[in-house]
Amino acid sequence: MKSLTFNEKLARFFINWLFLMIVWIAFTTSFNKQEVIAGVFVTMLISFFSIPLFTCCTFKILAPKRIFYMVYYLLIFIRELIKSNLDVARRVLTPSLPINPGIVKFKSKLPTDYSKMVLANSITLTPGTLSIDIIDDTFYIHWIDVKTTDPEEAYTEIAETFEKILLKIFV
Amino acid sequence: MSIYEIIGGILILIGAVFLFLGGLGIYRMPDVYNRLQAGTKATTLGAMSLILGVGVVKMEDSWTWIVKMAIIIIFIAFSNPISSHALARAMYHRKRYPYIKGDAKDMDAYREVAGKDDPSDTSPDEGENI
Repeated sequence: MKSLTFNEKLARFFINWLFLMIVWIAFTTSFNKQEVIAGVFVTMLISFFSIPLFTCCTFKILAPKRIFYMVYYLLIFIRELIKSNLDVARRVLTPSLPINPGIVKFKSKLPTDYSKMVLANSITLTPGTLSIDIIDDTFYIHWIDVKTTDPEEAYTEIAETFEKILLKIFV
Repeated sequence: MSIYEIIGGILILIGAVFLFLGGLGIYRMPDVYNRLQAGTKATTLGAMSLILGVGVVKMEDSWTWIVKMAIIIIFIAFSNPISSHALARAMYHRKRYPYIKGDAKDMDAYREVAGKDDPSDTSPDEGENI
């Protein structure tokens, strides 16, 4: 594992602190002075010790444009999640069980491990696809109804909508 | 019946229906990967809808419930696909190859990476669908 520069460590520390603080306030759901002060110190301690572990992102992630795309991504994701559930329901309830399963692969252009993880998770929750493995840039996807085994076409079918937005968030 | 109870009840009902369909999918699908497909998607939206419904019903007492439920929903959205990915990958490395209609070799792109014969591997007979 490569050693981190001071700036990277600082960015990780403050971003972890911010996210943990949001989670703390959401769980306590009170702005009582004592609880907030306790939260500040506890989350500061945790984020200090978890600098080598969490590799989310740098300060760039807090730019307004990126936050706008995050919200947009969330809306697209919810739409796809509902679509995929209706798809599963349709396949399960059809007596002839209309499936044609197989495993396809495609190459992704995403740069960091974290963004690849987000893409793989999104693919798992979208209609008819389940990510099995990521080796370097290649995604291996189990597809319940294989339309094409060609990597380029599979990329267009499965990942393009998500990856275009993720590239705007993480690059 | 307050409006919160009605909306929350509808959300809980939707969640229950999707969880049932997920269970039916696990029963009907032919192999482990297709079962995971049905299981993961249906349980994710089912559990999310159910938890959101509980939050809405409890909102009558205090608004803090919905915030806590939102945090739980976010954790489910992150952890559910990761667990299904880990299960699918582990099953492939135990040589449970996916069910494929007919005899199409090119339908399984992962075989060239993970399906190599390893002499030290003593896992049981391959190709068996469970």
